[in-house]
Amino acid sequence: MSIYTLGIDIGSTASKCVMLKDGRDIVSKSLIAVGAGTSGPQRAIAQVLESAGMKREDMDYVLATGYGRNSLEGVADHQMSELSCHGKGAAFLFPEVHTVIDIGGQDVKVLQVENGVMTNFVMNDKCAAGTGRFLDVMARVLEVKVEDLGTLGAQSTKYVGISSTCTVFAESEVISQLAMDTDKRDIINGIHKSVASRVAGLAHRVGIRDQVVMTGGVAQNTGVVKALEEALGHTIHTSPLTQYNGALGAALFGYQRYLKEHQA
Amino acid sequence: MAKAVSPGVQALRKVVDDVYADARKAKAEGKLVGWSSSKFPCELAEAFDLNVMYPENQAAGIAANRDGEIMCQAAEDLGYDNDICGYARISLAYAAGKRASRKFDPETLEYIIDPKSGKPLKDADGKVVIDPETGKPKKDPKTMQPYTVLDDIYEIEALPETTEKERAYKNFRREAIKPYRQMRMPQPDFVLCCNNICNCMTKWYENIARMRNIPLIMIDIPYNNTVEVHDTNVAYVRAQFDAAIKQLEEITGKKFDEKKFEQACANANRTAQAWLRVCDYLQYKPAPYSGFDLFNHMADVVTARGKVAAAEAFELLEKDLAEQVKTGATTTPFPEQYRVMFEGIPCWPKLPNLFKPLKANGVNVTAVVYAPAFGFVYDDLDGMCRAYYKAPNSVCIEQGVDWREGICRANKVDGVLVHYNRSCKPWSGYMAEMQRRFTADLGVPCAGFDGDQADPRNFNEAQYETRVQGLVEAMEANKAAKEAAAK
Ligand code: SF4
Repeated sequence: MSIYTLGIDIGSTASKCVMLKDGRDIVSKSLIAVGAGTSGPQRAIAQVLESAGMKREDMDYVLATGYGRNSLEGVADHQMSELSCHGKGAAFLFPEVHTVIDIGGQDVKVLQVENGVMTNFVMNDKCAAGTGRFLDVMARVLEVKVEDLGTLGAQSTKYVGISSTCTVFAESEVISQLAMDTDKRDIINGIHKSVASRVAGLAHRVGIRDQVVMTGGVAQNTGVVKALEEALGHTIHTSPLTQYNGALGAALFGYQRYLKEHQA
Repeated sequence: MAKAVSPGVQALRKVVDDVYADARKAKAEGKLVGWSSSKFPCELAEAFDLNVMYPENQAAGIAANRDGEIMCQAAEDLGYDNDICGYARISLAYAAGKRASRKFDPETLEYIIDPKSGKPLKDADGKVVIDPETGKPKKDPKTMQPYTVLDDIYEIEALPETTEKERAYKNFRREAIKPYRQMRMPQPDFVLCCNNICNCMTKWYENIARMRNIPLIMIDIPYNNTVEVHDTNVAYVRAQFDAAIKQLEEITGKKFDEKKFEQACANANRTAQAWLRVCDYLQYKPAPYSGFDLFNHMADVVTARGKVAAAEAFELLEKDLAEQVKTGATTTPFPEQYRVMFEGIPCWPKLPNLFKPLKANGVNVTAVVYAPAFGFVYDDLDGMCRAYYKAPNSVCIEQGVDWREGICRANKVDGVLVHYNRSCKPWSGYMAEMQRRFTADLGVPCAGFDGDQADPRNFNEAQYETRVQGLVEAMEANKAAKEAAAK
């Protein structure tokens, strides 16, 4: 008989679920663009179950992670930090991984991974600079969609420096660049470089070893990935599943815990 | 749950209480009282029989009583920037006469209770009583408190008291000042500052001296770039000790009493040795007490190390601990699964929140840098200069790392939890590099979190919990890997 585990990652800006069969095959996944404290978690859970044609009772183990992990009383069998889950998910997708850089909605974390397990980490301080939120704010002033930032930045021809790390100050820097008629694409490229330098500083604190994997929503922004590769001098691996990485890790841990509990 | 308190701990509490009670008495008798930074050579003041109190200790107490925010804000209203250390802000507001006070109705002279305060009411079975009307837990009226507002002692003193009503009002305002031990610290007649702790201290004490128009005795100890304290540095400090003695002679009108000075030095050494032995008990597995207790005992090292009572109290605690180790007893209220070094000053206003995830995960604090940093033993006056040259933030990074890695090894820690303290920049600034070295040298994971020792506005519980949980998971993985390698 197969074992089904469900990983739920409730972040600050999105809710994600991954259902796994036998800790190996992804059966279904879901993503709702609102996170902790909203209807997002419940909707994401309903969706992942529905698309697999299954019910909560069919799940052998449910593990929650992310900022809102403790809000799922009665649904999840166990909670773990998103740190370990991201390490686990990344090691599943890239077995050779040693460094994971995750840029989420309001935090940045850099994990050191040994044999698929997180052994050390650093996170950003309370400041939102360099996080997904920073990019959201910039996209809004530039009047472009956040998912288009990568493609637009790639068309840049001129270096424009955005020097402020503070989101509020960087926003006014962008506005004054716009007032000077600077090409939006150059500004976007400058923003990506500014995010990369901030994240690189954090990454150097845990040390960077190949393979380097980037996860979280911002990993889909090719501009940030490229800027970060340049700043670190390492190739960065990403996967189309980056946004689901935390939920994937949670489902994997769920499988491990299920086996452990049923062996005992 | 009220913890049973051992005789040693009781004695330690009394020592600190006495320091403040004696100072209040001295002030009432018209004697001079002073305020001092925590690592000023107290031996000098002891030689003159001076009553001295400690603003850092007081600020921690005020913060732990959750009056840090209102006092910090009061300092900000006086023009002090909110980037200044929270202890300094609290102390400066206090020196200016500001006090956290209980709100009352001036007409009826009755306290106005804050409906949000208080603990839930429990029935005979210990179950929380629910209010049928609101569906929310009922409050135990005995635990409810009046609102806290800001008052000013100089304004109160300036009030007239000609009519009965005026007298009653003035008295009530005096009484409304929160009656915590530390809040009743008399205003200083002189200040003693040694900036071996940090440079913020220099300006802090200069400001108090100017504000109150009182003498300031300053001992300047520059940051030390080398592990060794050079002879020229010793000479620099020695000369300042001599000048301080002269100043104290002028202030008190007394001659420096060499005998008393020697006695104070002997006491300080005895206290330091007993303190170190108490700290060493954290090496036991499981530890007989939590490292968080050391933060409380620090009050004795700060306020009374030159007094024989402090030495005796630590020696008594040592006896308690020896007994506990024999029976395997511990005051830690949970089974110890992980041992960590806690780096930095705790977030006093958020102590319960700090403790919660540690308790939930069986994490005991078995190392804090205060042990080596305050356990200084010396033989002569030059040795004393050298000892005062080495404070937590005045030593170079090599010395700082060496102190910490030493206790981490001896006290067998599995990880390190670092408080990036918004108040204490000198302490937090080099922690990123230290963290990197701990992991490289000790092979243990480290996690850092943002917070503040006195200002609760700088701490976020959810972020803290995630970091602690991450640390626990990393320690678990690390342990499993080490066990697998051993097999
Ligand atoms: S050492 Fe840190 S906590 Fe102490 S007074 Fe200086 S800045 Fe404040």
